[in-house]
Amino acid sequence: MSAPARLRPRSSPFVWLRRNLFATPFDAVLTVSLTVLIAWGLWSALQWAVIDATWVGDSRAACEARDGACWAIVTARWRQVVAGFYPEGHLWRVAAAGVCLAMAVSPVVVRKGWSFALAPLGVVGAFAFLGGGGLLPRVPTEYWGGVFLNFLIGISGAVFALPLGILLALGRRSHLPVIKTLSVGFIEIVRGAPLITLLFMASVVLPLFTPTGVSLDKLTRALVVITLFESAYMAESIRGGLQAVPKGQSEAARALGLDPWRTTALIVLPQALRVAIPAIVNTFIGLFKDTTLVYVIALLDVTGVMRQALADYSWQGLEAEAYVFIALVFWITCFAISRWSARLERAGGRLKEAR
Amino acid sequence: MAVLVLTAWWMGHNAEVNMQTRGVASGFDFLDRPAGFDITQALVPYEPTDTHRRVFLVGALNTLLVAALGIAAATGLGLLAGVLRVSRNYLARTAATAYVELARNTPLPVQILVWYNLMLVAPPPKDALGIDGLIFLTNRGLYLPKPVFNAEGGTALAAGGAAVVVGALLASWLKRRRTFTGHAPSPRWGWALAVAGVVAALVVTGNPTGFDLPHLEGWGFTGGVSLAPALTALWAALSFYTGGFIAEVVRGGLNAVSPGQGEAARSLGLDEGQALSLVVLPQAMRVIVPPLASQYLNLTKNSSLAVIIGYPDLVAVFAGTSLNQTGQAIETLALVMAFYLVISLSISAFMNWWNSRSAVWAVSR
Amino acid sequence: MLKRITAAAVLAITALLAGCKDPGSAVSEPPPAAAPVEGVPDAGLAGKPRASGETLKAIRARGRLNCGVNPGLVGFSYTDNRGRWRGFDVDFCRATAAAVLGNPEAVRFVPLSSKERFTALQSGEVDVLWRNTSWTFSRDASNGLDFAGVNYFDGQGFLVRRSLELNSATELNGARICVQTGSTTELNLADWFRAKGLKYDAVVVDTEDQARANYAKEACDAFTADISALAAARSTMNSPGAHVILPEVISKEPLGPVVRQGDDQWADIVRWVLNASILAEEFGITAKNVDEVRKTSTNPEVRRLLGVEGGYGRTMGLSDEWAYRQIAGVGNYGEIFERNVGQASPLKLARGMNALWNANPPGLMYAPPMR
Repeated sequence: MSAPARLRPRSSPFVWLRRNLFATPFDAVLTVSLTVLIAWGLWSALQWAVIDATWVGDSRAACEARDGACWAIVTARWRQVVAGFYPEGHLWRVAAAGVCLAMAVSPVVVRKGWSFALAPLGVVGAFAFLGGGGLLPRVPTEYWGGVFLNFLIGISGAVFALPLGILLALGRRSHLPVIKTLSVGFIEIVRGAPLITLLFMASVVLPLFTPTGVSLDKLTRALVVITLFESAYMAESIRGGLQAVPKGQSEAARALGLDPWRTTALIVLPQALRVAIPAIVNTFIGLFKDTTLVYVIALLDVTGVMRQALADYSWQGLEAEAYVFIALVFWITCFAISRWSARLERAGGRLKEAR
Repeated sequence: MAVLVLTAWWMGHNAEVNMQTRGVASGFDFLDRPAGFDITQALVPYEPTDTHRRVFLVGALNTLLVAALGIAAATGLGLLAGVLRVSRNYLARTAATAYVELARNTPLPVQILVWYNLMLVAPPPKDALGIDGLIFLTNRGLYLPKPVFNAEGGTALAAGGAAVVVGALLASWLKRRRTFTGHAPSPRWGWALAVAGVVAALVVTGNPTGFDLPHLEGWGFTGGVSLAPALTALWAALSFYTGGFIAEVVRGGLNAVSPGQGEAARSLGLDEGQALSLVVLPQAMRVIVPPLASQYLNLTKNSSLAVIIGYPDLVAVFAGTSLNQTGQAIETLALVMAFYLVISLSISAFMNWWNSRSAVWAVSR
Repeated sequence: MLKRITAAAVLAITALLAGCKDPGSAVSEPPPAAAPVEGVPDAGLAGKPRASGETLKAIRARGRLNCGVNPGLVGFSYTDNRGRWRGFDVDFCRATAAAVLGNPEAVRFVPLSSKERFTALQSGEVDVLWRNTSWTFSRDASNGLDFAGVNYFDGQGFLVRRSLELNSATELNGARICVQTGSTTELNLADWFRAKGLKYDAVVVDTEDQARANYAKEACDAFTADISALAAARSTMNSPGAHVILPEVISKEPLGPVVRQGDDQWADIVRWVLNASILAEEFGITAKNVDEVRKTSTNPEVRRLLGVEGGYGRTMGLSDEWAYRQIAGVGNYGEIFERNVGQASPLKLARGMNALWNANPPGLMYAPPMR
């Protein structure tokens, strides 16, 4: 499409309007009606969310004077929205854990072999800072929450799921029938089940499987389930990558005398992972959005915290503000990630063409 | 391997001991015990005295209902947005892009809650929105006219259905002949036959159909078909969310067709719509169908989020109320997961079949 | 390929179900003594947690009470803007912690969904549920649970608009009723209407909060829930006076604390935390005057309650000052009630059935003597 465009004469704004908005009578009608609709929609949204909104206050009563949104429900509980019920004096640990999580996702940006070691390190670091022990006093997981909990679950779930997904993807290609059947069975069962049923399992069934008296805490159980869930999807993304690696690569490696394990680890996997990164990132976006579901098992992520605010007498009836706020948080994050991933994909495409 | 088996055995042993010490029953006997609770929407007759087995059936049908409705609407919405995304109209393109980015990048549970609360903003029955006597939107649901059949209705229905089937078969046969031999009557004759058959069936049986119109009476509206707010909201949210993904699938498919195809079609004198529907889309379908099928699967699985707003789907009634009543978490959750697994496997089977079919088609060309 | 997948699926489901053998054939052996597992948070309950006294020992070792609460219920359990847990049930958690550990703040609040609350208690994740749980026969008898009393007598009722001019719930034939799903509320509703031969249209939602929102927006004609919740809901409406609670109370909902079966000492402690708060109200002991009463009171029962004489705390494995600390920390039953749901709160619930047995008008709150 871009090649013929270059042949056309340089366009003036008028030509652009003509071509893009009023090419045919139908287009003109479409343009006009859409303009009216969009303008009206944007204006009412702006009026509600910004112009007539109340930004601060201690309770719903502070918002009654104005018609617009009551953002006070978010600002008054800002700390809970971000970090849940984490003790006030220890908030720096949340910040430190945030840095660790950033480190954990850095390999996707750096994309060097050594950087992949940062991922598990970052996640372990985040849990160490948050959970405490040793020098830092322990903070039980019931106090973790807010937007931070969504990031923690999303990122650590992905980091744990990736190696598992690689194993499953390789298992699916294995020549050993037992391993292949187990891998395929696991992937299909997990992909066939809605996450919500798996979370119910984490909350009511998993405690049955540990000896009486030993209780895994709920966040751990949820993480185990989310990791397993995610690994099945990761496996499918990686399988796509594996299929994209030409057979000649592994044949050449064999010819050079590498054994099958090394061929996979040194030649096939690195190429497959590079191809699979956009798919993995997309899987991650899906998982990250799904972390809002943990509120159904009473973990206080951002949805849980907002719903709890709605259960406080002072904030009852502000459902719209609560949900629009959550949607906004996720929209910003996921939109940014998806844009970046699309750029990555295009860059990869260009690379392939250039070769 | 041995570790896996041992772990499984150890966990099973723990579960056995735990359930015994906690006095939790096990096994599937509970399926035959009366459920004791009511379900607000049941496609098959259901009473609180019915068994948990019946609850499973009612829930599963409700899941399938919202999934089918959602798939239809999401496909339409996704197709529209996908085509608009490659439209030459700047505004349409931008609006479609904005929709896709909004739908794909916000969590579905939140979308469901937003739609649900939007439904509640609709007016109460006494000042319902709508076209008098036909369709009403209230915060208690959407009311539509319901077709009713009298005694001859069954005959008319059967005859009409037969006419449609015969017409469709004829149309597809004509189409194939036309493709291979180049000269055969238009497939439209098949459809014409179907319509004629339906009309004839209605006339012969003395037009037994009628409509039961919703009207305000007593506590609210009676008559007609009503879609509860939970169903309407869930339907809207699932369609809105999945539509965004389908739009991307459609766009990917359209982009995969070389632009020369559309240009060639237009230079042969086909108009924009014809070029799209007769030349570009059929070719795009090969690329579109596999990811589309997995979107349908996702939609079906996502319908389990019904539990958030109380739509009585399988997860809400069986893995929800039944589980709470019986305490048999392992059994109820295993049955629910098995149900979704069957759906998922059927869709993968369809996909495999489609892939092999379109592969053969590609080779035989 | 497909066959193989199906086979694998069947295998996996069978494996899942391996644990659920027919109860008759299950071997009756004592639960294995679990070694403390490294890295597992809170393995403090290791050993034989079901034996009497183990729960108290575990709480002492941990220095904190793990208390299961509702993730959000107006007046009963919620968090304020500063992230502090508040509410009627929450205060009873604090009272328990004060009695056991001497510090009302030594509580870890564990929010639990209604689905998981009993599992969490049985698996040792929490020591006690103060989580608006109705005491019923089947819960008490079958699930390995014990109820330790009733801290709030509730009952299910109906909230309707005054403009409908209804006098009785029997006039609700054919009405649309908002109800929370998965709870006894839903079952009671079905039973009551069936018994009366009436019809209704249920609008079910997953939280009481959403049910209230539905009712407020006229998505249903009536809202059914426990009367405490109805009163709370009414107080949040734009004009509370435009709504009435119908006289019918269609169920008994005695809400109370729940503990694991088998640890009798711990059940006693929880039961007497509740009793002590009721006795304190009966004797007029409040958080404010408890120090003075302790010094000056000559009433032998008060002196025993506050640990001045008798050594009653030690009998339960607590310090003798247990009730004193509890009352100093959170106050007596009446104070807890008024602060969270009564006249001093926005909910303004009347004491009703929850008044003392000797109050005027009398209620059902009655504690055995301290003797």
